[in-house]
Amino acid sequence: MKRTPMYEQHVAAGGRMVDFGGWELPVQYESSGIKAEHLNVRSKAGLFDVSHMGEITVEGPDAGKWISKLVTNDITVMKDFQVQYNIMCTESGGVVDDLLVYRYSPEKYLLVVNAANVEKDWDWFSTHLPADGVIIENISMKTAEAALQGPAAEAILTKVCSIDVQAMKFFTFTDSATVGSIPAIVSRTGYTGEDGFEIYVPWEKGPELWDLLLEAGKEHGILPIGLGARDSLRFEAGLPLCGHEYTDTIGPLEAGFGFFVKVDKAGGFIGQPVLKRQKEEGLKRKIVGLRLEDKGVPRSGMEAADESGRIVGTVTSGGYCPSLDANMALCCVETPTPGEGESLWVMIRDKAKKGTVVKRPFYDRKYKK
Amino acid sequence: MTKIPQDLRYTRDHEWIRIDGASGVMGITDYAQHAMGDIVYVELPEVGRQVKAGEDFIVVESVKGANDVFSPVSGKVAEVNEDLDGAPELLNEDPYANWLVKLEPSDPKEMDSLLDPAAYAKLVEELEAENE
Repeated sequence: MKRTPMYEQHVAAGGRMVDFGGWELPVQYESSGIKAEHLNVRSKAGLFDVSHMGEITVEGPDAGKWISKLVTNDITVMKDFQVQYNIMCTESGGVVDDLLVYRYSPEKYLLVVNAANVEKDWDWFSTHLPADGVIIENISMKTAEAALQGPAAEAILTKVCSIDVQAMKFFTFTDSATVGSIPAIVSRTGYTGEDGFEIYVPWEKGPELWDLLLEAGKEHGILPIGLGARDSLRFEAGLPLCGHEYTDTIGPLEAGFGFFVKVDKAGGFIGQPVLKRQKEEGLKRKIVGLRLEDKGVPRSGMEAADESGRIVGTVTSGGYCPSLDANMALCCVETPTPGEGESLWVMIRDKAKKGTVVKRPFYDRKYKK
Repeated sequence: MTKIPQDLRYTRDHEWIRIDGASGVMGITDYAQHAMGDIVYVELPEVGRQVKAGEDFIVVESVKGANDVFSPVSGKVAEVNEDLDGAPELLNEDPYANWLVKLEPSDPKEMDSLLDPAAYAKLVEELEAENE
């Protein structure tokens, strides 16, 4: 199994280590637990080791044009040092992966992809490379990454970062910062629904970055956060997880992320004809949010049913939301979907449990614009 | 330190049971609650249900996922702990004071196949060593 450079620190801090797509990472820390970690990120701050994420650089005169063919969003509107959320689709409109695109210049980009998909993405990129003009490099194993998230993130990073952190806008980045004495890429991004930053440093500097941020955050009540709370935070904040809200068959429009899909984009992209048709003809199914009213916990893969008991879809993500103190689900169901306030049932161990359709996201995101 | 009271019997699946004459009371162990993490819901069986030893008949849901709980012995469900309905976190706080189900065991001999505290302590010790 692969280990991030902060492995020893997780073990020393009581991290309960699990296998996450071939990476040995903490699901939670003994002294806190998932619920406490989750609430700490919402009220104070949390530090996540996300060194397992994949980083791929793309360079060359045609770099922008090439990326544009692979992703759903319009990267031509990006300025230097902006970050943009993107989805990479298959020809049939399913999802290969979702990713962040960092633009350094019109000829240089950084793609940040899901850890479990690095090899799949790399193969996908390689098979779609043009004969010349674009050089891609997988720097995942050279790059450590920490996510500092929560309302105190800005104050904490300000203490140790060389740049004017407060002036940074949401979804922008810099590659000329130092954190402590470590050269770093810093972006105002995250996966929790809170304000925060993602910080990329050379692999071997990971442990130093980790200690530095925990120390700086001590007076703000920072905690290290495991994968358990990472998932519950993103779920509550309505952020999609590849393999759940996006699959080979559930595309970005059905998942409710049409904002990031420019079906009329010049030059086209893989999956565009299918997605365009879906949009014109109307979706056959859509993901809705659900609050379970009956007792029980909906989980990914369970079936969703209507009042008559007919199966109308499946749960893509489900679980307990600590900030809401409620059991919630995202369900991909056939259209017409029930509206807000209407009922939908989840089949939990052969029993139909009633829920109410609610707006997404469940938790109002607290980004700094 | 995992708590293992001396007056109980245990299963290899981390349930405890105390037999008192014709009735038994059972729950999950300290090791189990710790492994499950924050408990958010307990699905208890119907009173009157007949269960076999080793049959899954309770589901304890934690933030992490659903966990099956198995009956230590065969018998009838006589009572369920309604206190857990509004306060499932009681199982994290004290899994021995907060029982799950009272049973009427149908075969007293089954108790002989359960672990005594020393044997269960050894099992837990081995599991904890594996997780180090």
